[in-house]
Amino acid sequence: MNIFKIKDRKVGKSLEGRDGPNYFLISGAAISVLMGALILVGFFWTPYGTTEMSGREKFLPPCLSHPLGTDNFGRDLLSRIMEGAGSTFLIALCVVLIGGIIGTVIGCLTGYFGGAADLILMRVCDAITAFPSILLALVLIAVIGMGKYQITIILGILFIPSFARVVRGEVAKQKSLNYVASARLMGASHLRIIFRHILPNTVQVLLPILAIGFNNAVLAEASMSYLGVGVLPPDASLGRMLSESQTYLGKAPWYALFTGLTIVLMILGMSLLTEGLQQRRRK
Amino acid sequence: MKYILRKLTTLIITLFMVSLLAFLAFQVIPGSPATRMLGTNATPEKIAALEAELGFDQPVLVRYGHWVADFVQGDWGTSYSYSLPVKDMVLEKLPATATLVLLAFLLVVLVSFPLGVAAARREGSGLDRVLTVVNQICMSIPPVFVGILLSFVFGITLKVFVPGSFVTFSESPGKFLVYMLFPAIAVALSRAAMTVKMLRSSILDEMNKDYIRTAFSRGRTRADALRRHALRNAIIPVIAFLAVTAAELVAGTIVVEQVFAVPGVGRLLLASISGRDFPVAQAIVVLLAAWVVIVNFIADILYQYMDPRIRIQ
Amino acid sequence: MKRMFALFLSVLLLATVLCACGDTKPQEEAGGFGSDETSSSGEIVTGGELVVGISQDLGDSLDPYQMTAAGTREVLFNVYEGLIKPDATGDYVPAVASDYTVSEDGLTYTFPLREGVLFHNGDAVTAEDVLYSFETCAATSNETDLVAALSAIEKIEADGDNQIVITLSEPSTAFLSYAAMVYIVPEGYGDQATAPVGTGPFRFVSRSVQESLVLEKFADYWGEAAYLDKVTFRIFEDANALMSALSADSIDMVNHLTVDQVDTVDTGEFRVLEGTMNLVQALYLNNGVEPFDNEKVRQAMCYAVDVDAILDLTSDGYGAKLGSSIYPSFTKYFDESLVDYYDYDVEKAKSLLAEAGYPDGFDMTITIPSNYTPHMNVGEVLVEQLAQVGITASIEPVEWETWLTEVYAGRNFESTVIGFDAATLNASALLNRWMSTNDSNMINYDNPDYDAVMEEAAACTDEEQQTELYKEAASILTETAANVYIQDLADFMLMKADLDGYRFYPMYVMDLSTVHYVA
Repeated sequence: MNIFKIKDRKVGKSLEGRDGPNYFLISGAAISVLMGALILVGFFWTPYGTTEMSGREKFLPPCLSHPLGTDNFGRDLLSRIMEGAGSTFLIALCVVLIGGIIGTVIGCLTGYFGGAADLILMRVCDAITAFPSILLALVLIAVIGMGKYQITIILGILFIPSFARVVRGEVAKQKSLNYVASARLMGASHLRIIFRHILPNTVQVLLPILAIGFNNAVLAEASMSYLGVGVLPPDASLGRMLSESQTYLGKAPWYALFTGLTIVLMILGMSLLTEGLQQRRRK
Repeated sequence: MKYILRKLTTLIITLFMVSLLAFLAFQVIPGSPATRMLGTNATPEKIAALEAELGFDQPVLVRYGHWVADFVQGDWGTSYSYSLPVKDMVLEKLPATATLVLLAFLLVVLVSFPLGVAAARREGSGLDRVLTVVNQICMSIPPVFVGILLSFVFGITLKVFVPGSFVTFSESPGKFLVYMLFPAIAVALSRAAMTVKMLRSSILDEMNKDYIRTAFSRGRTRADALRRHALRNAIIPVIAFLAVTAAELVAGTIVVEQVFAVPGVGRLLLASISGRDFPVAQAIVVLLAAWVVIVNFIADILYQYMDPRIRIQ
Repeated sequence: MKRMFALFLSVLLLATVLCACGDTKPQEEAGGFGSDETSSSGEIVTGGELVVGISQDLGDSLDPYQMTAAGTREVLFNVYEGLIKPDATGDYVPAVASDYTVSEDGLTYTFPLREGVLFHNGDAVTAEDVLYSFETCAATSNETDLVAALSAIEKIEADGDNQIVITLSEPSTAFLSYAAMVYIVPEGYGDQATAPVGTGPFRFVSRSVQESLVLEKFADYWGEAAYLDKVTFRIFEDANALMSALSADSIDMVNHLTVDQVDTVDTGEFRVLEGTMNLVQALYLNNGVEPFDNEKVRQAMCYAVDVDAILDLTSDGYGAKLGSSIYPSFTKYFDESLVDYYDYDVEKAKSLLAEAGYPDGFDMTITIPSNYTPHMNVGEVLVEQLAQVGITASIEPVEWETWLTEVYAGRNFESTVIGFDAATLNASALLNRWMSTNDSNMINYDNPDYDAVMEEAAACTDEEQQTELYKEAASILTETAANVYIQDLADFMLMKADLDGYRFYPMYVMDLSTVHYVA
């Protein structure tokens, strides 16, 4: 992109300028590392037991012994958020893996071979992506029921088309490049060409899509669980905690605040990181 | 004209497919609605009788045919839970949702256009930087959480409105609008941020094209070139984006109606799904799907109107 | 969706009939509310409007014979009446009928119709309407017990224009309580489901799904007319929204609140009335599957569960402890000494588990309908407490339909948390279900001693002796640790300080005809 020529002439340094540190990358990485650490530690250790209850310590505001306060059962909020963020993270990860893997395979095959199957599949993908995923997810939930496994599978399936579309576009582009023709001449099989030669070259477009997918999955899980049709108690998840916390908004606002903030940070970290990486690539 | 006709045909086919899928989805659900309607103490004979009355002894496609025919003629069936006509129930809830979507859409457009243009015009300025950061943050806040924050700040702390106590338009139009403003903000916030970002980069892309540089070479100022040339072209991709936005806003309202207890179709949809009131759920899903399809259709037409090159394709 | 009080739906569906039994003594404050007082003085104001907050949608038909949810019945109690109706003391008083007489052999019931009773549509109630109502109810009601009771009617006929004579095939002491459930509706009127017409003190005005239901005073009511001109039931499915509305002064009265909710409101201008929900909440154990077929295991679990801590955690200590399948407002049958039969004792629980052959505990699943927050909350605490003795419990949240088919009907479960209430004010309503032959004995409790005592009690004609037998049966349940009994849940009501005249019933109804403002 040659925006910069104009910009250099007209205005000074830009956020996207070549000079200066890449703030997006730095802050994104910092937030993501922080959240990652919180989640990772949470898998093995939390300050208190996540189910440890205490009648005397209900609704404690943040204090030294409970940095984020306690909830309606007197459970330590930090511990619960670590656990909830962990399960939200795992769900989002599985969703992205399901959608990403199946979507990539479909995208590779249709992009490479083209034909009627390509046309039809892409039409279907277009149609699915046109609809808000929450609406589709609600319909699917009515069909297969609620719960953390169900919601993971449903979101995973709904995310397939977006991956398939992007990968297909990139594969179709790469297909006409010289290296594919030479590989073909050297007698490589189609599948080998797709997965050994073309696929690695699509990683650049795939990565940001994966990150966006991850964020969408976190958002979708939070919304569905908030609505009571996603993760069900006693399974923890940030969305479910958010819906619980709303009941005590007047009494214990920190409950909702910290839970919501965790979701925001998870998403923000990932999107800043992606933005930063894209900028670096542009230079 | 031909283009519009072709798109119109696609529209009708899509609507048809969507309604079929929505119908089928609610047919394969395990468990009979008759069991639910009659409670635990019903005899098998009674259940069978009710199933026959509801038409469940007929093949699926026949039922679909009946349903579509009735639906088009304005008979949307009867709610299992409430014994009320589905059409009355849904139409009663529609104004609240429509207001919410409209308000949110207006907010998105009114907020994001000036900001997007301003950011692009003064690219790299302090305003641009602040906007970029604020945008990133706004895009990362789930509408649910925006809603909860607004309830806390404006509802519980400042007492501008009473969270959960929806005021109908007929009770007090002023209070109704004040109440609706907050859910509308919750729905609109992240979409507005995305639109700003989208518009900004679209304008910058355009500013970089040869014809703009020609304009510069003719001595036009940046602001002038932007206003006279770049904007019109930059807006074309944004229109497609706004169509997606209009569709996504509907999804957002499903969640936000729950946060603010707005009695709209989203809440009715959720209640009907968890209560297995499928005639209601079916009708709402088809309506919302139709909205998405129609919005996309309108965007297509606008697109073609603004960018004649598409017609040639 | 926080449909806290959908809880009661469960209760009603299970118990089927919610009414008091005519043959038991009226019980003072049988509703269990500590304060039955309507103390504030001042002049009674006739007129005014009332907004009642209710915390669950009336997702139901309004047809008197089709409605299933307790919440719907509670509200429509003001619209519909039977030949006779229950009053606040648990007695039955004449309503559409002006009186009733029972023949000496207990087979013939005679109901002279009250003069000048009008339906809300202005038509006078005729004998034909009554016959139609009984027929329609028997033919269309979803309540098996009620239908069964009505099927005992050998003959129902009009004797002249204003007298109904019902002949039963065999005597039944419970017949009156069932007859009260047959609401009288106009013959041939087809819109009961959406625009109900009855004879009660309030008439139906309008309903808006998920929003509100409006009633207004029926000026031509046969009895003492209601004070209030208009009552709006506003639906707040979200408990939090209900609380905000209370704080914002837009509701005058609300019942079925939890202590957490009462805590969040500035109760300054409200009177708080405390009571219980009249149900037996327990960790019900499937006695038919391992390891719960072992009495020692069940007893160990009773020792392992600290009910006081549960009450503290889930409801700030409010709620009534049980000890057996009888709740305290059954004053006649309730045995205080059973409450603390199993004191909280981790060591004893562990040693009992070891004796039973589970020194390291075991894994178990608690199946709970996920929409009932109070049960889910108790379940979460139970998991934590059982872990202390080495039992690894996990909660399996299920939908209500699944619970009904799998757990209740299918008996395919290990344990569950739920609440049962009584269909009549006789202990048999709570105890019969645990007889080995009973169809709704979902826990597969099979104890010949218990069956024998219950059979003896049923056959017993002396009331005092019968009471003793039922008490004995209840203590057998406790001693054999049939279930881990928890509590009768606390239930709070708030009403504006300038409101008065509300009367509590020993059943799940909300009678607004006596409510009035004071000047």
